[in-house]
Amino acid sequence: MSGSADTQQARAPAGRPDDVKAVPVRHPGRWVSGAIVVLVGAIVVNSVATNPRFGWGTVGHYLFSSRILDGLRVTLELTVIAMAIGIVLGVALAVMRLSPNPLVKGASSFYIWFFRGTPVLVQLLFWSFIAALYPRLSFGIPFGGPELWHGSANAVITPFVAAILGLGLNEGAYMAEIVRAGIVSVDEGQTEAAQALGMTRLRTMRRIVLPQAMRVIIPPTGNETISMLKTSSLVSVIAYPELLYSAQLIYDVNYRQIPLLVVVSIWYLVLTTILSIGQYYVERRFGRGTARELPPTPLQRLRRNLAIRHAAVEPPAASEERR
Amino acid sequence: MTESMVRAEGVHKRFGRLEVLKGISLDVRAGEVMCLLGPSGSGKSTFLRCINHLEKIDAGRLYVDGELVGYRQAGDTLHELRDGDVCRKRAEIGMVFQRFNLFPHMTVLENVTEAPVGVKGVRRADAIARAEELLARVGLQDKLRNYPAQLSGGQQQRVAIARALAMDPKLMLFDEPTSALDPELVGDVLDAMRQLAADGMTMVVVTHEIGFAREAGDTLVFMDGGVVVESGNPRDVLANPRHERTRSFLSKVL
Repeated sequence: MSGSADTQQARAPAGRPDDVKAVPVRHPGRWVSGAIVVLVGAIVVNSVATNPRFGWGTVGHYLFSSRILDGLRVTLELTVIAMAIGIVLGVALAVMRLSPNPLVKGASSFYIWFFRGTPVLVQLLFWSFIAALYPRLSFGIPFGGPELWHGSANAVITPFVAAILGLGLNEGAYMAEIVRAGIVSVDEGQTEAAQALGMTRLRTMRRIVLPQAMRVIIPPTGNETISMLKTSSLVSVIAYPELLYSAQLIYDVNYRQIPLLVVVSIWYLVLTTILSIGQYYVERRFGRGTARELPPTPLQRLRRNLAIRHAAVEPPAASEERR
Repeated sequence: MTESMVRAEGVHKRFGRLEVLKGISLDVRAGEVMCLLGPSGSGKSTFLRCINHLEKIDAGRLYVDGELVGYRQAGDTLHELRDGDVCRKRAEIGMVFQRFNLFPHMTVLENVTEAPVGVKGVRRADAIARAEELLARVGLQDKLRNYPAQLSGGQQQRVAIARALAMDPKLMLFDEPTSALDPELVGDVLDAMRQLAADGMTMVVVTHEIGFAREAGDTLVFMDGGVVVESGNPRDVLANPRHERTRSFLSKVL
């Protein structure tokens, strides 16, 4: 801008004659809607703070009680293990579904159809009652061959195993579709370039296609993880003491249902918030190479905003911002 | 015959009902630069992709360096090669694509070292040294740590050339390497290719760059409708095309 011979620009520092100084349009609607939000907020806060039945004292008492924290640990374990099973299974099922072999492809489609088509609650109950269906589990050569190992289903499929199987196998079906969408989203030219360099199919998938598919796979996987954290509360129906069931065991005795459910909700909110933040950074990591510049982290954004606010005090930077 | 780097004998290729190649026969000597010219849909790119077996041929025989492409002959029967063998042969043939097809999740340096390290088992340090040398040759020594999205099209294509050269190929295939570039960026890519030709690389180039074909090419092949219409010394073919079809095509592009 500096040193320009343009007359209009040359005059600019002295206050351009055509500077727009108009009366801004009033937005009364915005004030009204804002007032309504504040009012409703005040009503909610007031009722939460003054209703003694929330039992905030009890909430505080149980928030860090060892039984609740044990339940929290179990919920985290279930989430991590079930998601791990779901992701491994999902990648395998997705690759199977893209296989040229119709039987392999069909098996994958059947699995997804079956596990997506039945409620996970029903699946959990099925696994917990599996002993009624197969009282004795054995491992060996099928159709009358020798048996290498056997045991009672009740001993093998503990409530924990039933919970993991129910959540993990169900998750695999959903992850399969997410992974498949990711793989399909990678440009075919990438596979061709990799093949032209002499890479095998497996290597192409592992080094070229999957890392790029990750960009498409990661965001919904984060959502699945957050969703799994909450879905794991269904395990309470098979009496395994994760977070919700731990709270239920407590209020079955002291009848303080509401405060304990508040405790549970607080912990779920804390965990989902942490996971959301983690998701942001993981997405950023896998966004490498797709954008010219990575989106700033919240910390970087804060720093930049402070810098702009700082600079805005000085006139040249202020005109910079107006552009 | 022993001199032939690529030898095609009556190569046919069909996509469903559509016959794209209707008997292509030609020879590319070692060290020769052959340019394939022709209207779109004439089968040039398909033929190129047959040479490194990205497409399977339906009839005829195709040899690279005296060996059948994609098959093994035992007596009178052809056996398809296993995946691993196909990959080994592809590793000896470099290919440059119209749309660059760089790996966007890897830096320039990683793009160039990925295949030497992963496919040929070159030591990483050696691969990096070689990559730096190749990238310097195409004028990109200061872009090693950049991602492809941060480069211009011309720079990306030069990285793609370096990536192919890093495998020390005995043959380079170029599939319209400048067609996706802004006109002002074409020159740098053509320069890199000229230098390669001058170094004695065997090259098969599908292109619309008549100037490149005339100056750097040893042979010009004009294709139309899946057949070779005529071929010969580029200057002769461009100055005195013998066939009406060649003449009308050249009158449109020159």
